[in-house]
Amino acid sequence: MDITVNILLTIATAATPLLIAAIGELVVERSGVLNLGVEGMMIMGAVGGFGAGYLTGSPWIGLLAAIIVGALFSLLFAVMTLSLATNQVATGLSLTLLGLGLSGMIGTSFVGQPGVRLPNLDIPGISSIPIVGKLVFGQDPVFYISIALTAAVMWFLFRTRTGLTLRSIGDSHTSAHALGIKVIRYRYLAVIFGGACAGLAGGHLSLVYTPQWVENMSAGRGWIALALVVFASWRPWRVLAGAYIFGAVWIGQLHAQAFGIPVPSQFLSSLPYLATIMVLVLISRNKRLTMMNTPASLGQPFVPDR
Amino acid sequence: MGGTVSANHDRSNLLEVRGLTKIFGTLTACDHIDLNIAKGEIHALLGENGAGKSTLVKMLFGSLEPNSGEIFWDGKPVKITSPGVAKKLGIGMVFQHFSLFEALTAAENIALSLNDGSPISTIAAKARALSFSYGLPLDPDSLVGDLSVGERQRIEIIRCLLQTPQLIILDEPTSVLTPQEADKLFETLERLRSEGKSILYISHRLEEVKRICDRATVLRHGKVVGHCNPREETAASLARMMVGSEVKAVVRAPAEGIETAPALLEIRGLSRKPATPFAIPLKNINLTVRAGEVIGIAGVAGNGQGEFFESVSGEVLQHDAGSVRIRGKDAGGLSITGRRLMGAAFVPEERLGHGAAPRMKLSENLLLSRHATDGKAFVGSGGTVKNGAVYSAAQRIIKAMDVRKSAPDPEAAALSGGNLQKFIVGRELDRRPSVMIVNQPTWGVDAGAAAHIRQALIELARSGSAVLVISQDLDELFELSDAIAVIHNGELSTPLPIAEATFEKVGLLMGGAEPGHAEHSLEVA
Repeated sequence: MDITVNILLTIATAATPLLIAAIGELVVERSGVLNLGVEGMMIMGAVGGFGAGYLTGSPWIGLLAAIIVGALFSLLFAVMTLSLATNQVATGLSLTLLGLGLSGMIGTSFVGQPGVRLPNLDIPGISSIPIVGKLVFGQDPVFYISIALTAAVMWFLFRTRTGLTLRSIGDSHTSAHALGIKVIRYRYLAVIFGGACAGLAGGHLSLVYTPQWVENMSAGRGWIALALVVFASWRPWRVLAGAYIFGAVWIGQLHAQAFGIPVPSQFLSSLPYLATIMVLVLISRNKRLTMMNTPASLGQPFVPDR
Repeated sequence: MGGTVSANHDRSNLLEVRGLTKIFGTLTACDHIDLNIAKGEIHALLGENGAGKSTLVKMLFGSLEPNSGEIFWDGKPVKITSPGVAKKLGIGMVFQHFSLFEALTAAENIALSLNDGSPISTIAAKARALSFSYGLPLDPDSLVGDLSVGERQRIEIIRCLLQTPQLIILDEPTSVLTPQEADKLFETLERLRSEGKSILYISHRLEEVKRICDRATVLRHGKVVGHCNPREETAASLARMMVGSEVKAVVRAPAEGIETAPALLEIRGLSRKPATPFAIPLKNINLTVRAGEVIGIAGVAGNGQGEFFESVSGEVLQHDAGSVRIRGKDAGGLSITGRRLMGAAFVPEERLGHGAAPRMKLSENLLLSRHATDGKAFVGSGGTVKNGAVYSAAQRIIKAMDVRKSAPDPEAAALSGGNLQKFIVGRELDRRPSVMIVNQPTWGVDAGAAAHIRQALIELARSGSAVLVISQDLDELFELSDAIAVIHNGELSTPLPIAEATFEKVGLLMGGAEPGHAEHSLEVA
């Protein structure tokens, strides 16, 4: 029983950073902006979070710092692509490269240092209930944030006026502009929100997942988050499903490798990617629905003519 | 402006514009425009494409910023810095190119432009009520991507009316409507006028301006060239004001012996599944175009014209090679080049990016479309381009079509829309093709150039070619066709000979009143 609970817990821990980064990017892409810099923002959040936690001794301050660093880093992208109308793909790629390099430089003195870890939730009496206690009431705080964030984004996008406006900008920025909607302002806010989420996801890596600093520790999770958004056809609950399928197969294949199952380890390592893509492709078979949810102006720079 | 500022800001004028100017680079799109709109009048803004109408109304709606000039609203000076400011003043706009979001429902689209916090369901109910009271029925829950162009315009109008504007600007509203839908729109406009609202009506269709407008302001090359009462003018005198000179009428000599002439283009049972969720499927289209005749295809935009053109031109191949036949041979499996080599020529709807590569010279654009058909003339042995031959051919076309340009061989994007269209049509005519298929031959082209293109198409047909013209402009089709077929929802009617065709008959078909085989649909299923 304990093993099952532990496996479920590790799945949640593996899925949480993917979910947070992907939900953030989902909001960005729903506004019509393609930010390929998720990996870079995530690793910057990880190094910032670790550094602040290590220097102050408080993991909470570390988490806050991760969010702020991610948001500030995305601001760079926003200024370039929104105010200066640079190519979003090229700018996003350079943001990732910059983040990977910069974080390595900042983090040189952190390598090998003991980090601080965010404590798991512990409600006396309840968290110790077998199985349910640990799974529902005994996880790390970022896990709860990720679930709340998904629900909040769903509500925001499909139940609020501001969410409708954001989606309309993603569908056609010229039409939105013609109606007097402040396209650039909305996009700035969306990009910064995405950056804050990526930063938080990075903070989860260096303050919860493995509370230490290792160069390049995001290990491609930003790219997986990006892929999740597309394969989930820009729908929050599918992103959640995708993140957890990925987490589950990831943990599953690790255990399989540990058991020494006679399958090439390279194949096992690629399973999470294959499984996630297959499941998400299957649930987005409805072309019409996918079309409706795809932000039509995704990746196109917007320059209002005045 | 150092002119005298007169104090007579007449309070009966809802909107007064003084010396409004907008400059784009070296082009003065609007040059010291003066305009007065009284309360409770329908005011026409007339002018050819490129006369500055759209630029002017964009400034009135706050989406463009004027370089100089003043605007008075109800006698008070105002600065309209954004569409939001315009809406607050009470200016509503129905756009020419729709500003709707395809992936959202009608109600959501309406909600986006209303700045009150009421929930979507309330807005949907209001929109439904208002739409029925004006006789423009509308289902607020339908997805805009699924709606016809006419229905989309209804949403735009209802959306505009829900903001209770004092001034409503309509930019070319009837260019996408059937004649019957246009009648319905005129009723609505007259009702709005009787409620004391003012309407600025932009159009280049003179008959409808004469019919519903109280006053007109005519623009030419960015300047106001006159004010008039359209009811006291004739269509010809209005056209003269717009164009600045007499427009030559198109002459169509009667076609003779068509029935026995060989069929050069045959389309047999052409069907096509929609490529995207919002595309129109083609359903069993049959059509024959014989040597010497011009067949016109009418239809409201978005009824499958684009899909039909793609299929016939070879941008999309057919599974059944016999569904498109050119000069008696199957062509359905051939590419564009293959069909061109059989003697066909194609002019697509979109000029820049489809008909021509914007950043390439005219001569290079000529080579791009004719490198295969004129291989011997343009390409030497070893694949080298004979630049001299291409250049002189380009100059020959420029001369034949009277293309006006700023350099001997300019980039395609440097030409005005009308001149580029003349070049693109001329590029195909120069080959003397046996089959010519044109989609929207004069869209956005000024009257003089349009007449030139239409005359050239008729002459090509009379010299023994088959010409197929797809157009949304009914006046144009009646001017140049020997028979008119109507495409509606991917189905093509049988062609009506021009002697039997009337605006009313064609309009009914455009609205889908009689889907080709009415008798069959009456049988009990």
